[in-house]
Amino acid sequence: MKKEKTFIAIAGAVIGLMAVLLVKFGNPANMGLCIACFLRDTAGALKLHSAPVVQYMRPEIIGLVLGSAVMAFSKKELIARAGSNPLVRFVLGFFVMVGALMFLGCPLRMMLRIAGGDLNAVVGLVGFVAGILAGIFALNKGFSLNRSYKVSLGEAAVFPVIQIVFLVLLAAIPSVLAFSTEGPGSMHAPIIMSLAVGLIAGALAQRTRFCTVAGIRDSIMFKDFTMLIGFVCLIAVAAIANTAFGFFHVGFEGQPIAHNDGLWNFLGLALVGFCSVLLGGCPLRQLILSGEGNIDSVITVIGMVAGAAFCHNFGLASSGEGPTANGQIAVIIGFVVAIVIAAVNISSNSKKGA
Amino acid sequence: MTVDARGCSCPQPVLMTKKALEKESSFEVLVDNNTAKNNILRFAQSQGCKASVEDGENADEYVIKISK
Repeated sequence: MKKEKTFIAIAGAVIGLMAVLLVKFGNPANMGLCIACFLRDTAGALKLHSAPVVQYMRPEIIGLVLGSAVMAFSKKELIARAGSNPLVRFVLGFFVMVGALMFLGCPLRMMLRIAGGDLNAVVGLVGFVAGILAGIFALNKGFSLNRSYKVSLGEAAVFPVIQIVFLVLLAAIPSVLAFSTEGPGSMHAPIIMSLAVGLIAGALAQRTRFCTVAGIRDSIMFKDFTMLIGFVCLIAVAAIANTAFGFFHVGFEGQPIAHNDGLWNFLGLALVGFCSVLLGGCPLRQLILSGEGNIDSVITVIGMVAGAAFCHNFGLASSGEGPTANGQIAVIIGFVVAIVIAAVNISSNSKKGA
Repeated sequence: MTVDARGCSCPQPVLMTKKALEKESSFEVLVDNNTAKNNILRFAQSQGCKASVEDGENADEYVIKISK
């Protein structure tokens, strides 16, 4: 057990360090790794939305999925399973993205923003914890999505193969994709480095089951602090690396790719936390599971991509200037939808039990 | 008693184990992945329970025997 904690601590530290290195080599500030931002950029590269500043086929996403798939395969953990409320997962994934793009980052970027001194992300963390507490309340009331079943192994290969196709497009025929010429989408580390970091982080996250939600959820529910150790190590090492490179600036104002509307930073990540607990894992964890054959997580990731496209097609995503009115309405709708999903599920489970 | 936690998302397998532990002093949990297996073993240990793992009937399945 002690070995497990050490491994998770090292994994957190390595991921934190690699994320800051990606910024050093070209990624946007405090955005070495961000599942929400990068799925959004990839959606832009595929022309699912046409926001000119956030279009790039992020090799980190490709690497994370493939790193997880290869590691799972080598450990005989690549198992295709599916059938656990796919459409509910799609919808929850969609609203995870709506919440993340309100805050401007997934929980992983929240950690990296904290490590860069962005105090708005600390407000986001408080919201994230509040959302997780709401999710735990639902779990304790009996919320549970249906179980999944094994399906043919070929199904597990589909999503990783799609990532390989994306990689080929990026490396060999980039002219078919859209690329930002300015803004965050135009800022990126060299492809090979982004891909390598993705592969390493994907493999580490697959082995350790790294999950930003689990760190907090399990600490509260089961007094199990194992994952929280990885969480803390990631922030600590990224903060040290940020300081070393001169990227560390404490404050609320003028933080890179962030706004300082506290209420909506709080609510954005609260929605992410709540939906992620219902889904059983954070955006990073969903991406890792999608690599190891969990088709329900693939559907969740596709829901996140659809959410990102809607966010930019309908002006829901925040910018450095702050949230938009449309985005605020979408976050409220997200809470209503997630609460209805939880309430209906709890009610039908209690009838089954009775 | 056997708790069937196969195919369940995190943290259902641990939650089901926790609930069973409130009622029973000795039972089995059936899981179908390493993540759930390790999470349950860690939980059982934290509760001061004895836990042992055997391979289940089907591939990739494990039976975890837990007793107080």
